[in-house]
Amino acid sequence: MSTIIRPPAEANAAWYRTERQGDTLRVVVGGFWVIGEARRLDPDLRALDVAGATRVEIDCAALDRLDTIGAWLLLRTKRTLEHHGLVVQPTNVRPEYRALVHTIDFECRAPPVAPPPRYSFTRRLERIGRGLCHALHQGYQLVGFFGLVVFETAATVLQPRRLRVAALFHQMEETGLNALPIIGLLSFLIGVVVAYQGADQLRQFGAEVFTVNLLGVGILRELGGLMAAIIVAGRSGSAFTAQIGTMKVSEELDAIQISGLNMIEVLVLPRLLAIMLTLPLLTFYSNAMGLLGGGVMCYFDLNITIPVFLHQLRDAVAGWTFWVGFIKAPVFAFIIALVGCNQGFQVERNASSVGRHTTQAVVESIFLVIVADAVFSITFSWLGI
Amino acid sequence: MSAITNRHPVIQVKGLVTRIGDRVLHDHIDLDVYQSEVLGVVGGSGSGKSVLLRSIIGLQQPSEGRIEVLGQNVADLDGDDLVRMQIRWGVLFQDGALFGDQTVAENVQIPLREHTDLSQQLMAEIASVKLSMVGLPPDAASKYPAELSGGMRKRAGLARALALDPELLFLDEPTAGLDPISAAQFDELVRDLQRSLRLTVFMVTHDIDTLRATTDRIAVLVDSKLTLGTIATLRNDPNPWIHEYFAGVRGRAALETEKVC
Repeated sequence: MSTIIRPPAEANAAWYRTERQGDTLRVVVGGFWVIGEARRLDPDLRALDVAGATRVEIDCAALDRLDTIGAWLLLRTKRTLEHHGLVVQPTNVRPEYRALVHTIDFECRAPPVAPPPRYSFTRRLERIGRGLCHALHQGYQLVGFFGLVVFETAATVLQPRRLRVAALFHQMEETGLNALPIIGLLSFLIGVVVAYQGADQLRQFGAEVFTVNLLGVGILRELGGLMAAIIVAGRSGSAFTAQIGTMKVSEELDAIQISGLNMIEVLVLPRLLAIMLTLPLLTFYSNAMGLLGGGVMCYFDLNITIPVFLHQLRDAVAGWTFWVGFIKAPVFAFIIALVGCNQGFQVERNASSVGRHTTQAVVESIFLVIVADAVFSITFSWLGI
Repeated sequence: MSAITNRHPVIQVKGLVTRIGDRVLHDHIDLDVYQSEVLGVVGGSGSGKSVLLRSIIGLQQPSEGRIEVLGQNVADLDGDDLVRMQIRWGVLFQDGALFGDQTVAENVQIPLREHTDLSQQLMAEIASVKLSMVGLPPDAASKYPAELSGGMRKRAGLARALALDPELLFLDEPTAGLDPISAAQFDELVRDLQRSLRLTVFMVTHDIDTLRATTDRIAVLVDSKLTLGTIATLRNDPNPWIHEYFAGVRGRAALETEKVC
């Protein structure tokens, strides 16, 4: 704790002394009664001993300076003594301090602020309960939003003129085209990592060439699509929340509603469709870059030539492997857009709420994407593909 | 209006030039603010009133010129010297600028906690005193800023600005967004506190009623230049904007109430 505020110079130090005159205790105060002296004066004044007097006179004639905190210390002492049945009389208050003393004496009657209890078992329990209720409410809310979006999507399918084509293309550029560099780079690196780790293990059995199978199945079935979805959730899902949330803070959503526009149609559908169209393409691209990364690794580390690599890959990914990864993409996209937009609408009208909901959107959408992936895995294994 | 007894300037702005991009907001402005006076700064939207305030409290570097507060050049200060200066002034930002994750009482205690070593109990008492001084009810202390109305947030912001008993108080549009009754109460509060704490107040405002009710002098920022005066002198100013401001419909209405009073 830094204490920039220091007591005044010694010559100006605050002081008080008590003089007994019959039934009356005279408390003579002087010097600078300011914030810097409060630490020293506070405990002494709390413990002020009136020694059986019935009247107390606080003589302020020698006060050289008085600020709010000094005045509060004096008046608090006065109140404490009065509370114990004494008669307390401040005297010789200089005219320039009268307004301050008056203000505090008459307007500050509130009890001191009680700090909220911080770390207790019941509070922790309450937090857990609140968290659970909040999560359930979120789920309920998301289901409602899901219904609304599906309804509006169906209406747009029946009336394609309602689709905002310009907004759709803008969003496709934002969520798809602009995501290419980062998705490409990360997928390439994931391909390198998988190939390297796979080769390391498989070499022990002399089965290096099966690294290609590991790559093909791993990237095409799971990693490519998951990488693309997670990056898009972080890039675009959060952007959806922030954009819609900021519009809510600046009352633009109210303006949209009052102008007779359909909020879902204007804000949600272009984003939803854009991401549902681009994420499958991004998944394809991510798969290609992942295989490229793995291929480069195989070529240099395992000396697997390109024709061998391609031949081995074709054997490994025969049948459904590619499509298993691919058909998950639109579902992931739907989840990301739904959660992102829904969180955007949940924003309250203050700035910190935008940040909180953006974080929540990313966490929630990645969570749901992985849950969906697990459900797909179970379903596919059940279907035997 | 109280007479200015001590003609000692606490804020001295000398030849201030502020350029933002190509725009010149302040063109060689000079301004002295004297001890224990209330100075109102008015001007059209975008004329640079708030920027002037931000320049004085060191949030905005002047392009040219010197700004001295309490005898020190603000731009030269850093580290502990700057903190020592900052605790001598309190600033009320437009919407209170309360920290949203802390209660009102905690907000008021922040400067105390950072810059003093007072006991928890005394800090709680002081927070309660300051909140009562700005006219907030006791139950507001444990609320969060988002639970308060705009007027109450401003009062809470004022309590935080006054936490360390500053000598100087900066107010940025203190009555903007308040209903006329709350605005009038806020004006009265500022005037009362200024008297009892003998504050020097630098206030940016649009509100002509606030100017009438609280200020000793008025600085008008028009065409990047500053014109000083009182309502009575400024209404006869040759500059059309200033004339329109003080002698226009709203200005006249505000002044007529003064006559009735």
